[in-house]
Amino acid sequence: MDMINLTIDNRPVSVKRGTSVLHAAAQVGIKIPSLCYMKLEDLNIENKPGGCRVCVVEVEGRRNLAPACCTDVAEGMVIQTHSMRAIHARRTVVELILSDHPTDCLKCAKAGNCDLQSMAQHLGIREIHYEGEQSTFREDTSPAIIRELDKCIRCRRCEMMCNEIQSVGALSAINRGFNAVISPAFEMNLDHSVCTYCGQCVAVCPTGALTEVDHTGAVIRALSDPSKTVIVQTAPAVRAALGEEFGDEPGTLVTGKMAAALRRLGFNYVFDTDFAADLTILEEGTELLNRLTAFLGGDKNVKLPMLTSCCPAWVKFFEHQFPDLKDIPSSARSPQQMFGSIAKTYFADKIGVNRKDLVVVSIMPCVAKKYECSREEFSVNGNPDVDFALTTRELAQLINLANIDFKSLPDEDFDHPMGESTGAGVIFGTTGGVIEAAVRTAYEVFTGKKLDRLDYTELRGMEGLRHATIDFNGLPIHIGIAHGLGNARKLLEDIQQGKSHFHAIEIMSCPGGCIGGGGQPYHHGDAEILKKRQMALYREDSGKPIRKSHENPYITKLYEEFLGAPMSEKAHHLLHTEYFDRSKS
Amino acid sequence: MPKIKLSQRTIEIVKEICLSFENNEGELINVLHEAQHKLGYLPAEVQELIAHELNMSIAKVYGVVTFYSFFNMLPQGEFPISVCMGTACYVRGAEQILHEIKRQLNIEVGQSTPDGKFSLNCLRCVGACGLAPVVMVGEKVYGRVAPQQIRKIIAEYQEGCVRPEKHEM
Repeated sequence: MDMINLTIDNRPVSVKRGTSVLHAAAQVGIKIPSLCYMKLEDLNIENKPGGCRVCVVEVEGRRNLAPACCTDVAEGMVIQTHSMRAIHARRTVVELILSDHPTDCLKCAKAGNCDLQSMAQHLGIREIHYEGEQSTFREDTSPAIIRELDKCIRCRRCEMMCNEIQSVGALSAINRGFNAVISPAFEMNLDHSVCTYCGQCVAVCPTGALTEVDHTGAVIRALSDPSKTVIVQTAPAVRAALGEEFGDEPGTLVTGKMAAALRRLGFNYVFDTDFAADLTILEEGTELLNRLTAFLGGDKNVKLPMLTSCCPAWVKFFEHQFPDLKDIPSSARSPQQMFGSIAKTYFADKIGVNRKDLVVVSIMPCVAKKYECSREEFSVNGNPDVDFALTTRELAQLINLANIDFKSLPDEDFDHPMGESTGAGVIFGTTGGVIEAAVRTAYEVFTGKKLDRLDYTELRGMEGLRHATIDFNGLPIHIGIAHGLGNARKLLEDIQQGKSHFHAIEIMSCPGGCIGGGGQPYHHGDAEILKKRQMALYREDSGKPIRKSHENPYITKLYEEFLGAPMSEKAHHLLHTEYFDRSKS
Repeated sequence: MPKIKLSQRTIEIVKEICLSFENNEGELINVLHEAQHKLGYLPAEVQELIAHELNMSIAKVYGVVTFYSFFNMLPQGEFPISVCMGTACYVRGAEQILHEIKRQLNIEVGQSTPDGKFSLNCLRCVGACGLAPVVMVGEKVYGRVAPQQIRKIIAEYQEGCVRPEKHEM
């Protein structure tokens, strides 16, 4: 190994060639303040524009200060990370950024979670010595994301996520100098662009420039309206992250406390999206088996591989970018929408409430779910199946607002009949989870045999693209998995070129899957947090008494009482959907 | 921005330009230069077409078009006037020159005269600082310009000048 020896803050350091000064310093425990720089280890996500100059250090023998994030180490380098000159420069840089930043921190959606605010605090900035023009950009509101670009510090993290990781290409730096900003083409609104609302820009934005549309007010109004029955569903990934908002270690499971908190917030029924995830497996798994059987029977028109369709950002992505492939994904709606559809028919009938008086709220790790529930096809006569989708962060905000002491809550169960779920439903929240859940059911239905093991470790992990072959009683089933839309694009291009040998592909838009969703507590560039959330979901799965979707007794009952069978006409009407070509709009 | 529909001929021209650079994303700036040279300006539809041909995002193309002051998204006058606002020109009175042109043509920076004859833009340094302040009309450079000369320069183009070849969109 080619090692480089240097001195940082009078300490000898030996690191691999090609290491940046920032990482070399970190290896000996010296934290150099940085702002625009961000790295998610093991996920191949790095933002290194060298733009903000907060991380400048003094290098002996160099006239200018060097940005630590994009300066590689060199033999014999002598570095002072906190010389008077470096500190002064750092403070000046932050003051200059603040001189063109709104000072509405008290009411900013990002207050307390803002990297710029933390940096100003860290550097002890009490006065801004510069006065000048202020940027004024128009605010842009979409169904899911708000852009308030007066707060943009041009770190370009969002642009990196949108282009390099997601390959969506909705955002780019435009204009130059003082007028430079990150924007869709022709400064159009986000909802006219190719944006998928994956929310990864929101997840990495260091300030309040990009935030989710806040629906907490609307939910509070519904909860305080006596004429409404308000029910709630919680997505799998929420329970593995919500605790972080209340000081729990990442990876702490708070399923029971979450149910208790929702009940104290006044929801009439506390249900689980995991129930609908089990339902999704029955529908999507049956669809996969139907397609497989037809394919094996020699049907040339059958579309394989089948792609999952749980992720609304992924759906919008292929509608814009691969409309020629829109027949390939499963027609199954996402668990959120299946839940809404069943809640406003089956459940509303059960409790004798008119669908207009039933308000369905979902708690999602996602900002795209806000967009999904606003899609017209998911409503009946203007009444949406899911009325409001809140992010994990918004739920935490509601819990705080209601003065609920989250940590001291008892563990409570979900209500019935839409709160019961299996381990298969829980792992929907992580990359690889949906397809593992599908395999557990598809295998048993297809082969008629009991599975002897449930943990398909070959489908698990954090690599962006994975594949595995599962033996279905002598029939090899080839499975592909992608998380991050840039990785998904690679699989789609293979399909277009006829190079794909997969039977089924799982796609999730966010790195790590829903555990890394745009609506989750901010990770501030720490990939360990995502991994711990992932492990938590697998822990919840292995602790469940039932771990296969088709064994969920309430799902069986739902089919018996209401739907008939998977892919029945009624199921088709309520649980499946169609996709649209958005490439021309 | 008003939506315009590109003629078949324009679409062919843009595609030819892209193809001459092998539809290579890395040649974007050259493609934009060539397209503006042939078409006079780069409306949104042309940028969308270029993005499609080079297989890159429209936002990125727009980002480059808005970064360089050379590129125009609005139709230019038959004779585009550019006033250099670089440091050397600025300190030698570019602002008064600009003011005089605005007064005489009765337009602001970025606009065209109603007859479509002149348009006015600022640019940064044409590399002729020794001649500061510099004004360009089309490709022709005027050096050491004084405000009193403006009327005469504009008059040169009022009648009988050779019209530059531009493709109509």
